[in-house]
Amino acid sequence: MQEALRFRAVDAEAVESPDFVKRAQLSRRGAGAPTRGLSLTIRGLRKSFGDNEVLRGIDLHIPAGQSVAIVGRSGCGKSTLLRLIAGLETVTAGNISFGEETRAEDVRVMFQEPRLLPWARVLSNVEVGLGRERHSADAQARADSALVEVGLDDKRGQWPAVLSGGQKQRVALARALVSRPRVLAFDEPLGALDALTRISMQRLLERVWQDQGFTAILVTHDVAEAVALADRVLVIEDGRIAHDINVDIPRPRRRGSAELAALEGSILKNLLQGTEDTSDL
Amino acid sequence: MSLIDSLPRVRSLRLPRADGLIPWIVPLVIILVWQVACVTGFVSARVLPAPSDVALAGWKLLLSGELVRNIWVSFWRASVGFLIGGSIGFAFGLANGLSQLSSKLTDTTLQMVRNIPHLALIPLVILWFGIDESAKLFLVALGVFFPIYLNTLHGIRTVDPQLIEMGRIYGMTDGELFRRVIFPGALPSIFVGLRFALGIMWLTLIVAETIAASSGLGYMAMQAREFMLIDVVVLSILIYALLGKLADSASRALERLTLSWHPAFQKH
Repeated sequence: MQEALRFRAVDAEAVESPDFVKRAQLSRRGAGAPTRGLSLTIRGLRKSFGDNEVLRGIDLHIPAGQSVAIVGRSGCGKSTLLRLIAGLETVTAGNISFGEETRAEDVRVMFQEPRLLPWARVLSNVEVGLGRERHSADAQARADSALVEVGLDDKRGQWPAVLSGGQKQRVALARALVSRPRVLAFDEPLGALDALTRISMQRLLERVWQDQGFTAILVTHDVAEAVALADRVLVIEDGRIAHDINVDIPRPRRRGSAELAALEGSILKNLLQGTEDTSDL
Repeated sequence: MSLIDSLPRVRSLRLPRADGLIPWIVPLVIILVWQVACVTGFVSARVLPAPSDVALAGWKLLLSGELVRNIWVSFWRASVGFLIGGSIGFAFGLANGLSQLSSKLTDTTLQMVRNIPHLALIPLVILWFGIDESAKLFLVALGVFFPIYLNTLHGIRTVDPQLIEMGRIYGMTDGELFRRVIFPGALPSIFVGLRFALGIMWLTLIVAETIAASSGLGYMAMQAREFMLIDVVVLSILIYALLGKLADSASRALERLTLSWHPAFQKH
């Protein structure tokens, strides 16, 4: 089952690739090495916290540059999987490997909370994202261009306290982008935002992903968001990948279109299967 | 039209000046009532001298140089004692906030010592140090140690763990993490400790100087009591109030300078 699904995923990649790569190359700007996604392979991954086994054997291959959404009920282990990929937790068994040798700056995480330093101006908050390169001569210029990318360059001298929730999250995105990561993991990044801000943030995420070509892994509880943004949706149940679904709807995807709604409906049905109580989804 | 145009300008000119004066209205009214009560004979000069008499006594002492000398001696004792006690308290607060081992080793002991009122040690301190400078410095240092220690420790322990995790993910070294995340995060709490400590600093010094000293403001007040110079006694008390206010304003200014990122300290 896993094997078959993996083939399908690679297939989808090939269909989408030429156009997308060209666009990403065209819009790549600034100095530094061009960003390129990393592929990711997970084999037999297990994770336990004490007696509680959260992940019970995950096998997964994500091709370079793909955007993958991970959905599931709360407590299904989706955030744990993301934290393992990002290196924030240690695996109990199995392994996670990237296609090439990685530096610390290659894998970045964006959380539900912006986690900005309240005592640092917006620009220095973005500079934090450069990691070990933050003392280099062009650090400020790179932070500036990351702020331009999220449309907040006019706020560079502000304290985070004066920004709105969506603006803070955009600064957090700029901080994650500034080191030109090759894998970007999102842990419910839009969970705390209001509906309208969510939609514009989704567009922004889609645009930077297309611009920069990193491999994106998005954990979300919102199936509509997953199908709107991702090439592929993974449904996790009881610590295993229960469904692996390709979203081969061409971009730009029209929000509220019948295709997206149909796909969302079928994923929701999968999620609800075998459960009496559907209210806590 | 011209009236409406001029309105905002007039308001913006007047408001700041009025704002600056408002805190001084109550003290001024008190002094005024006090003066009137003394002049009309409602309060006997043997109980409370008139503010004008206090000012006169202050002027005389200023001319003789005695006032400046005593204020200087007290100020020196307060600041040296504060620096010694404050830096030891800060160091312990940092160590116990950052290291489990250090905390396990010393925190229980410090919490026990904290519950001894430090002024209860005065007899012992006099036996140890006599009525020398070191006795006063010891008491002041001991007094300011605990508020600084407790609040530094609390500040470091309550730094948002999510920010610390973020710092680690973004590759900060331990030193950078301390400088950029932990210390700034603990700073508001450290300032609370600083202001508590400044209050305790004056309190300790006054008590120490009135009991055993041969110079300083407390000594000046006690000498004046011996000679029934009630105006000098009141003068000393007022000077303590002013010095306390001065210390508080200094720490507030420092707060505004270093906590300008904090919504509570932002100028509107």
